[in-house]
Amino acid sequence: MLHIVNKSPLERNTLDSCLAAAQPGAAVLLIEDGVYAATRGNAAEGKLRAALARLEIYVLAPDLEARGMAQVLSDGVKPVDYAGFVDLVAKNRNCQSWL
Amino acid sequence: MNFGILVNEGPYTHEASDSAYQFCKAALAAGHQIQRVFFYHDGVNNATRLTEPPQDDRNIVNRWSKLAADHKVDLVVCVAAALRRGIKDENLAVGFRISGLGQLIESSIQADRMVTFGD
Amino acid sequence: MSEGQVKKIMYVNRKAPYGTIYALESLEVVLIAAAFDQDVSLVFMDDGVYQLKKGHQTKGIEVKNFQPTYRALDDYDINKLYVEKEALEARGLSEDDMCVPVEVKTAAEIGKLMDEQDVLLSF
Repeated sequence: MLHIVNKSPLERNTLDSCLAAAQPGAAVLLIEDGVYAATRGNAAEGKLRAALARLEIYVLAPDLEARGMAQVLSDGVKPVDYAGFVDLVAKNRNCQSWL
Repeated sequence: MNFGILVNEGPYTHEASDSAYQFCKAALAAGHQIQRVFFYHDGVNNATRLTEPPQDDRNIVNRWSKLAADHKVDLVVCVAAALRRGIKDENLAVGFRISGLGQLIESSIQADRMVTFGD
Repeated sequence: MSEGQVKKIMYVNRKAPYGTIYALESLEVVLIAAAFDQDVSLVFMDDGVYQLKKGHQTKGIEVKNFQPTYRALDDYDINKLYVEKEALEARGLSEDDMCVPVEVKTAAEIGKLMDEQDVLLSF
C-alpha cells in the first residue's frame, strides 16, 4: 500500500497519523509541504529515521527542489519524479492520501 | 493502467490541482489512461472560465482544458459542490462537464487506481 | 456499467465538522455511494472523531446540523463505522460520546483495514 503525505510535520500531525497506521513494508510518499519531513535538521528527522526501519519512504523531488531543500535530503529517503509517483501508485494495490 | 483522480481544492491557493495535473501528465506520458478527473469541494473552482491569472503564471484552468482536448480526459465537476460555489454551465471552461457524485463512485469502481489530491 | 463488481471502498474522515466543509461533503458522497452496492466502510481518525460527538447544536452559527444524517446511514446499509482509539483518548472522548454505534480500533488496526481496501477516499 502507498501512503501519500502532503503536510509539513511541523504544521500538522498528518505524518504522525500516517506512520501510526502504516503497516510494515508499506510505501510512504512525501509530496508538496510533506517533503520538509525528509530534510536533515528538521525536528521530525528522528521520527522519519525510525520509520525508515520498517517503511519505504519516497519524496517527490520536484517539490523538494521547488522549496530549495534538495541539498539536505535525509539519507535513506528515495527521491522520485512525477513518473516515479505514477509508478508507485501503479505498483501498489491501493493508496491513501493523508490530507 | 487506468487512473481515477479526485481533486478537492481550487486552483492557486493549494498545490493540489498542480500536483494532480502533473500526475496526469506523467501517467499519460507513460502510456497509462486517465479514466476521469473528478472535481469536488473547492476543486470545482478549477472549472471556471472566468479565471485570468497574470501572464507570467501558469493558467491552471486552461491547462486542464488542454489535457481534456489532447487526451480525451473526462473532467467532471460535482453539481452539488459547483452550485454551492457559483460554477454553472454558463461559466464552465471548455472540456469540463457538470454531473453528479455518482460519477466519482463510478470512477472508484471502474478505475484500477484512485488517487486523491487535496488539502 | 459495473454489474456485479463489488469493491471495498473506505471513506477516511480526519477533519472536524463546521470549521471546514469536508465532513459534510464527505457524508454526501457516502449517501450517494450507498446506491452502488459496494462494500463501504467509514473510518474516523484524528479530528474526524468530532464529527460523531453527540449533541451538535448549530443554531447559533446558522449552519445546517448534519449529525442526524449519520444516524440515517444504517438505513442505507452502511454500518461499518470505525473510530480511532488514540484519537478519542487524545480528545477526552469515549465510545459513549459517539452519536451512532461504532467499532473502536487502534490506528494500527485501522491501518490493517486500509491495506485490505480497493479504494480509499479521503476528504
